[in-house]
Amino acid sequence: MPKELWKGNEAIAEAAVRAGLEAYFGYPITPQTEILEYLSRRMPELGRTFVQAESELGAINMVYGAACTGVRVMSSSSSPGMSLMMEGISYIAGTEVPAVLVNVMRGGPGLGNIAPAQGDYNQAVHGGGHGDYQPIVLAPASVQEAIDLTALSFDLAEKYRAICMVILDGCVGQMMEPAEMPEMKPVHRENWDWNTDAKMGKRERRVLSSIYIEPAEEEKMNLRVLNRWRTIEAKEVRYKEYFLDDAEIVVVGFGTAGRIALSAVREARTEGIKVGLLRPITVSPFPYEVIDQLTARADAFLVTEMNSGQMLEDVRLAVKGRVPVEFYGRLGGVVPFPDEILNEIHRMAKSKLSLDVHPRDAWLERMAHA
Amino acid sequence: MQKEIIISGFGGQGVLFAGQVIAYAAMDSGKQVTWIPSYGPEMRGGTANCTVVIADHEIGSPLVKNPPLVIALNLPSYNKYETMMQTGGTLVVNQSMIDRGAKRADINTIFIPANEIAEQIGDRKLTNMVTVGALLAALPELALETIEAALKAHLPARHQHLLPKNYEALRRGFESAKEQMSVAV
Repeated sequence: MPKELWKGNEAIAEAAVRAGLEAYFGYPITPQTEILEYLSRRMPELGRTFVQAESELGAINMVYGAACTGVRVMSSSSSPGMSLMMEGISYIAGTEVPAVLVNVMRGGPGLGNIAPAQGDYNQAVHGGGHGDYQPIVLAPASVQEAIDLTALSFDLAEKYRAICMVILDGCVGQMMEPAEMPEMKPVHRENWDWNTDAKMGKRERRVLSSIYIEPAEEEKMNLRVLNRWRTIEAKEVRYKEYFLDDAEIVVVGFGTAGRIALSAVREARTEGIKVGLLRPITVSPFPYEVIDQLTARADAFLVTEMNSGQMLEDVRLAVKGRVPVEFYGRLGGVVPFPDEILNEIHRMAKSKLSLDVHPRDAWLERMAHA
Repeated sequence: MQKEIIISGFGGQGVLFAGQVIAYAAMDSGKQVTWIPSYGPEMRGGTANCTVVIADHEIGSPLVKNPPLVIALNLPSYNKYETMMQTGGTLVVNQSMIDRGAKRADINTIFIPANEIAEQIGDRKLTNMVTVGALLAALPELALETIEAALKAHLPARHQHLLPKNYEALRRGFESAKEQMSVAV
């Protein structure tokens, strides 16, 4: 297919349609509304289901119901709306049905603002809702990646009977880039052994629920989900490397922060600084092992995020205190420019770095004196 | 090669579309490109802008702090971006909407009476295309013909009859800028 200029949000919507999305339930919120708007036109055109629910709570519970029937289902929202969905998300996880959710993150907490941010990292990678479960979380940095990962998320969700969340920010959502759409896939319902499919009387009865009154039964469910998660961790880690072959400083950033870091890394390379970039694509499961291996040959890490250092803690878990980890973040919807990250690379290339201070404390200290 | 362009003006001046035309042309000539609008409440009035980045490699930041190329369609945009521009950059100003000369000597400021030119062609809405034409004089990576081809390829059928006037707007802007640049050198 030829490349077309796609806006991130609309590209996600069309990619979902082409992946066989049969039902969408959502509620408008900036900077995500184009997904809903696009699907409100596109889904009826194809004879598929589109519902603008009365609220995010309504939408997520409709997703839950549709997911139980085994159709490909999706909802999308932005930060405050995702928070509203958390109860339903936990129920979906507890029922072990697949669902795709898109969060176009904005400045927060609370109502915050509509500017691009990455403050929902912790909420996303740790599940957000109550109970023991972990969703798969994909973080695209470009429109093409948003398309590819949206399509992939349906496969992953079904394969592992899990929630697959795509997290991006207003930057990727609103941006236009040349991108290629996958071929239109015909709607196809797998013959699962778990979904409710109106075949009562023709086979053994199926019950889908997240209730396990007996703790021992709940524990079995918890372990089943946990074992599935271990397979996901082993098989589904994705990331992209830039200039890492001889890198002494490794920058780690996801989504928009990752691609902004690429500009800084490229600039630093022209100055002869041996710096590379690791851009996690799955932030859950997180590429701990790759960072572990990089620690053996890198002198230091720089984590850069549009939040107060949430992925930072995952990088520190992987580095295990062996080399210094530094942090640079912008918060509240402020998008960093490449020169800010370049300044950090310069500082790290020149000065002796400490293993003793928490990188967030050191960063706050530098901000206070800037 | 990487070039960053900011286009800024009042909502309704065709700021976002002007950027998209450049983005289409860049895409059609096989380059990497990003287009990102300001999407805040300013969309409902006040100043709107978009940033276009064109490159041969994978584009990092889609936003730029000190742009080398700017189109300012109104006075607030002129005031804002003149100070932010890279030394040696080119600033295309819609002269019809401003009341002052250039403050910076280290950038090339091109004054285009874009409203008047657009009106002469017969449609005030062509102001944006006049300034895009002018910018191309400082952006040899994109030929005028490439922009014209992009317009033809991506304008919806109902707007195709407007193509000749758009072409004229682009050429008038381009020539006007070329004239000024040759005098300046």
